[in-house]
Formats: sequence, structure tokens, C-alpha cells
Amino acid sequence: MPRSDGYTSFVNSGVGKKVASALGLPQPVPLRRYAPGRPLVDGPVLVGGHADTPAVSALRDGLTAAGATLVDAVPDGPRLGGVVVDLTAAETPADLESLRATLAPALKRLGRCARVVVVGRDPERAGSVAQRAARRALEGITRSVGKELRAGATANLVLVADGHEASALGTVLFLLSARSAYVDGQVVRVGEREVHAAPVDAERPLAGKVAVVTGAARGIGADIARTLHRDGATVVCVDVPAAGASLAAVANEVGGTALQLDVTALDAGTRILEHATTRHGGLDVVVHNAGITRDKLLANTDAERWDSVLRVNLLSILQMNEALLAKSGLRDGGRVVLVSSIAGIAGNRGQSNYAASKAGVIGLVDGYAADRGLVRRGITVNAVAPGFIETEMTARIPLATREVGRRLNSLAQGGLPVDVAEAIAFYAADAQGAVSGNVIRVCGQSLLGA
Amino acid sequence: MPTTRRAAVLGGNRIPFARQFGPYAEASNQDMLTAALEGLVARHGLAGERVGEVVAGAVIKHSRDFNLTREAVLGSSLAADTPAYDIQQACGTGLEATILVANKIALGQAESAIAGGVDSASDAPIVVPERLRRKLLRLNRAKTPAERAKAAAALRPTDLGIQVPAATEPRTGMSMGEHMAITAARWGVTREAQDELALASHQKLAAAYERGFFDDLLTPYLGQTRDQNLRPDTTLEKLGSLRTAFGTGPDATMTAGNSTPLSDGASTVLLGSEEWAAAHGLKPLAFFVDGETAAVDYLGGEEGLLMAPAYAVPRMLARQGLSLQDFDLYEIHEAFAATVLSTMAAWEDEEFCRERLGLDAPLGGIDRAKLNVTGSSLAAGHPFAATGGRIVATLAKLLHEKGSGARGLISICAAGGQGVVAILEAA
Repeated sequence: MPRSDGYTSFVNSGVGKKVASALGLPQPVPLRRYAPGRPLVDGPVLVGGHADTPAVSALRDGLTAAGATLVDAVPDGPRLGGVVVDLTAAETPADLESLRATLAPALKRLGRCARVVVVGRDPERAGSVAQRAARRALEGITRSVGKELRAGATANLVLVADGHEASALGTVLFLLSARSAYVDGQVVRVGEREVHAAPVDAERPLAGKVAVVTGAARGIGADIARTLHRDGATVVCVDVPAAGASLAAVANEVGGTALQLDVTALDAGTRILEHATTRHGGLDVVVHNAGITRDKLLANTDAERWDSVLRVNLLSILQMNEALLAKSGLRDGGRVVLVSSIAGIAGNRGQSNYAASKAGVIGLVDGYAADRGLVRRGITVNAVAPGFIETEMTARIPLATREVGRRLNSLAQGGLPVDVAEAIAFYAADAQGAVSGNVIRVCGQSLLGA
Repeated sequence: MPTTRRAAVLGGNRIPFARQFGPYAEASNQDMLTAALEGLVARHGLAGERVGEVVAGAVIKHSRDFNLTREAVLGSSLAADTPAYDIQQACGTGLEATILVANKIALGQAESAIAGGVDSASDAPIVVPERLRRKLLRLNRAKTPAERAKAAAALRPTDLGIQVPAATEPRTGMSMGEHMAITAARWGVTREAQDELALASHQKLAAAYERGFFDDLLTPYLGQTRDQNLRPDTTLEKLGSLRTAFGTGPDATMTAGNSTPLSDGASTVLLGSEEWAAAHGLKPLAFFVDGETAAVDYLGGEEGLLMAPAYAVPRMLARQGLSLQDFDLYEIHEAFAATVLSTMAAWEDEEFCRERLGLDAPLGGIDRAKLNVTGSSLAAGHPFAATGGRIVATLAKLLHEKGSGARGLISICAAGGQGVVAILEAA
């Protein structure tokens, strides 16, 4: 459901465009968003990079199969839908010139909501100091390009492991596609696991999967349920009994089931697992989305406010995962997706309890992703960290504060709940078997905590 | 002909019950029944599914709601090719609907079905006086201007007035409470005993909510998350301080506290064959064992209006070869506290059992610890046709908690001197 705030509509009108341009005001454009049947990108994709570009070589067939028209030089005709620059072969900072040479002419020929995807390698795995510097430099370049881009275009960096370049196909496709509309200036690490995903229906990558979404009655949670369903999953919608009416509406809309329970209940994990197993035969994807805010300056935060936020947003996840991640829980190849927040990264005045819980969630991702037992079972654990998302909750923020929140990012607008949901659906697919331990910010490259 | 098989109760859903003119004052029967269905569909993953049939009804019904249940189905997420029909047997409607669909499933005529009921005491149809209605119909039939003028001229200001339906027996002109007061006096039911039963109902219903018992039996509606009539903190003193509402003189023992209030609400129950349940990943909570209806001659036969269940139960027990004590749980609908107490008194009374029921010995007593263990209508409220579904789903879950083989008895009295009873057994 393409929605747009009033300002974005204004600056995209004839007179508004002139006014915004004359005053040097931000000029957000309606972002390209995914709908089944839409092409991967609107325009040819330039591929290039340094030396023998091993990543581009490994990805070329996959990108083409996904519908991308690859070009090796900036074409005269149509504007570019995207650029994939492969710097995996960079040995020293001098090699970064290859990136500049590929990207600079292309940036002037980008279409609306075009995509820049830089592919590099993990600095921590570098063989020399010079190589490490070159690899680290990619992050600075990508983030700067993200800020330079206009008209809804984004720039992101993918770090791939040596010899496992093909495992990054799903990630590169996500970052090129309209599904990543509000993902900008991010670094996604793709690990060494081989992905043997059988060729799936690209429009239903989650076909046959059973997913649980907590906090599904409204807002971002409801859109997560809708998006996972759109991608083919059977969705168990969970929320507190008091939210049962809207929960039922969401569950019926997505043809799933409603499970009314409080995630802080001691047996919440067991009950979710039992429901998924008896009703749907098992569990593949868990999205821990349920969360609350009880905002107050720390100086005025009593134990109750502190405790309730930590219990719902953090402790309940640990507690539920005892059952969900047990051997009898999530099936092999399962996916756990947590919802952090930009507040957990940057901190936020009056949200020390919330920030504690959301930073803690990142700790959970690190911890679970390193768990050898989970790795052996092919279970990945990742998080999204939403920035300013247009929800009922943010609609209640006072206008001035809300406007600042909306504009302080490279896309000069708030994201939509579906943008968060798309990132979650991305993690959930089989193709992302090598993506674990990531925290992708869905924030339009917000200035906060960057 | 197919042989019979077991029909299973698979789950239920209701909306919280509300008091007349409360939060559901503007909600129609169709709105509430649709909401109850939607919650049931969501809980059991039936969106887009064709269910064998949906059977429900309402006691107080608008003429426009001639196809109430089918309209509710069309407004729900069930597949549009799900058939539905309405039934009405006063307060026995919900349980009678359950018996009907259970029998169809048992006979192999349906694989799955939903039974339910709804009633609004708030959004009631308004009826004009009979004399005015006839004159208006005549006006409507008039063809020529002259005929119309003549028909219109017959209207008199004194014809005006509206009649709101009440819980009154058409043949006696007496309210149900007044009928009950006679029976209560007949059985010597005291005010104290009624207040104690009412108090227990509130306390047990509140405790059930506290332990999350209704988390998978109820879906909130219009901001209401619990039964509005529930008073968890009521006391014997408070109940004892209420003025009597029915009966006269020393026989007046019935108050608003130990009688059910007029209520709004809806309930649904999902039933199916074991094969259908397995194919849908649903575990049977209980099996439907038997059902029986009875009616008493409350006009000339000197029996109380609400005493029919006292006759229905022994007939069903005899057929099943069971005694009244062979149950783990009893659900006796609390139309009034006195209804429950009079019924139990009758079963313990040798003369009644011998002369009225034709038994050699009294049916005997019921262990009160097994009676209405999560409260009943005195606390929850009583939207007439919705009570049966509330009780069936509640008892099925309670029996499931007790474990396989546990047996439960349901007894519901109904207007017109009728009663509907049934037996469930834990799956």
C-alpha cells in the first residue's frame, strides 16, 4: 500500500518541486516498492569492479536469471536500474580507483530509485594491513555514496567470503530489488555456508514454510504477517489476548491462525511450538516482533517501567527460545529474526529501558549466531533495526519532532512497516542460509547512530 | 446407510458478553455473530475454508434477519460456499444447534460444522401495536387515492405507541422471573443459597479469567475483553443488600444479583469428524455423546416453567446407562440461581423422582465442587441463544484439561417450558 506523507506529496507536485528546489529543501520521492510481478530493477544493471571481479563472475548467471539485464559499460540509452561493483579482489587502497572509475560515470546515469551494490570482503579476514584498509574503505565509500544519491536511490555493501561468492546471490538480489526500498547505507555479511537452495518460485520464496510472528495484531507486526504470507509462508499470528480482535482480522486476512498469548508467559514458547506443530506440522521461521515502550527519562523511570519493557522486549525472547530453539523446536534450516531498533544503536532520550532492550536484542543475535549447535542445524539468527517508520505509534509523536525524525535520513522520508517486513522476509528465505548474525537497519540511512 | 461415528468438539469462540445497553448497544445480532465467527475462523485457521454447515440463531430477531446465520457467514472469512441456517429454541438454541450438527457429523452427513447463537437485548426490534399494524397494512394495500385517504383517515393518535419485546411468557403474561419465583418457593430455595451460588459464579469466572482459561475461547469485541457483568469483588453482603425483584412477601427471594441480567453477545463452537480434525491439525477436545430435549406442561400440569431439564436428564441417563453421579463436571445454566437449586432439589427428592420421573429411587445429589467450575450465566451474563455455545466450548476445554474419558453434563432451561441437555466426554 503505497502511502506518502504530506510533504513528500507536496514536493512531488509541480509547484512543490520548484519551491523545494529553490529553497534547497529535502526532495523525497515515492519509493519503488515490491509487488509480485514487478521487474527486479527498472533499467539495465552495470557490473564492474577490480581485476577479475570474482563475485560478479559468480553472480552473473543468477542475476540474469532473476531478470536483470547486465551491461559492462554505461549505456547511452536507458538510465541504469542499478550498479554492482565488485571489489573483492582489492589488495590495497590503490585498487579502490577501480571502484571510482566504475561508479563515477554511472552515478550520473542512474534512474529513479536505482541501486548501488558494492561487493567486498570482510576486513577482519584480510591477509595484510593494506588489504584490511582497502576492505574497510568500502564501508566509507558506500555510506558516502548513499548520502550523495538522490531520487530514492540507495547504496549498500555486501561482504562475501572467499570461494562462497555465489551464496551472496540472494542478498545482492534483495538489495537491487524494490524489497529493499528503505535499506540504505548498510553492510550485510554473507558467511561461508554453501547455499544449495533448490530453484524456488521467485515470487513465493517461503512456500511451504511455517512462520510465527509475535505482536502481529497491528503496525509492523501485521505487515510482517502479510509479507511472509505473500511470499508463500503459513503464518501463525501471535499477540496478547486483549488485542485478539485485530489479531483475528490479520490472521484471517493472511489465511493463517491466531494464537492469543502473552509472550512473557513462562510457557509461551512451548505453546507457540505446540500450536505450530499440531496445526501446521512444524516451525521454520520465528519473528520476535512483540515489543512495548514505556518512555521516561531514566531519572524518572521506576522499576516497573524498567522491568516491563525489558521483560517483553528482551527476556521473553530468551525464555521462548528455550523451547523454540531446542532440538524439538525449529526445524533444520530454520530462521530466527529479531526486531531491534535504531534506538538500540544510537540511544534515544527518554528511552533508556527501550534502548537497553533493543541493544540487548543485538547481543542476542551475536550470541545465537555464534552458537555451534544452531549453526550445525543451519539455523540463522538476524535482526532488523527499524529507523523512523510511519506507524500509529510514530503518528502520535508531536509534529515538529516527527518531521525531524522523518527527514534526517538519506531518503528524506519515513519508511513504511512493509519495508521492515521485506527485510525480515529476506532473512527468512532458504537462499539466505549464509546470512547470519546481521543487523540490517531499515532506516533510509538515518543520521542517528550512523 | 452410513453407520454412526463420533462427532468431536474442536474448539470455540465467543465475544465477551455485555449487559443490555452496554458497549454492544449499537451492535446488531449479525455484527456480533460475524465477530464471533471471525474469531473462531482465525483461531482454527479456517479462512477461505468451506465448512459443512453453520447453524445458529437468535431468540430476539428482526424480521430483516430471516437468514441471519447465512448473512453472518457471508460477512466472515469462511468460504462463501459454506451453507448456513437459523434455528430457534429460546435459551436452548445454542445447545440445540450443537446437537443438530453433532448428529449430522455422526451420521456422515457433514465432516465439519459450526454451531452458535447470538442475542441482543439492546438492539431489539420495535413492534407497533397490533391495531396500528393492521391499519398500516391496509394503507399499504390501498390502490386508489380514495382508498388511501380512507385508510389514512382511520389512523388515530391513540394507535401510536411501541412495544419492546420482554422476557414474558405469551400464554401467562408473566415474566420468566415471576415463573421462577413460584418454582423457587415450591422447592423452598432460600435467598442465602441463591446468593451463595451467585457469589461462587462470580468468583469462579474471575479465577478462570485470571488463569488465562479464556485466552483460546474468547476474542475481544468493541474494546470489551471480559464479560461486563463479572463482579470479581462482589460479596455476600453486597448481594444480600439487593432488593428482591421477583415474587411477593416471604417468597420473594430473587434479586438482580441472583438472576441473570439481560445481555448482548454471541458464541460459536467448531465440531468435526475425527478425520476432518486430523486433516486440519486440530485435536478434539471432547466428543459429543448424547443430547435430549424435554418440555413440561407449565400451564395445566403444575410444573415450573424452567423445570424441563429435570425431566430431560434422567431420560438421557437411562438411555446411556449412567447415574447422575457418573460425571466429572456439571454445567447447569444459571438462568436464575433458583433454577439450578430447584433442579438439584428435585433430583434429590424421592417423591418428585418417583411420581414425576417414574423412578424407583431419587437421582441423588451433585458434588457441588464439580458444578459450573468456571462460573456460569449469573457472572458471565446470558445472551439467550449464545449461552449454549459458551457452555459447550467451556465444558469441552475443561474436560480436555481433566483428561481422556472425563464426562460432563450440560443442562439448559428454555422459555415455553422447555429444556435441552447433553453429555460430552473428553477426547
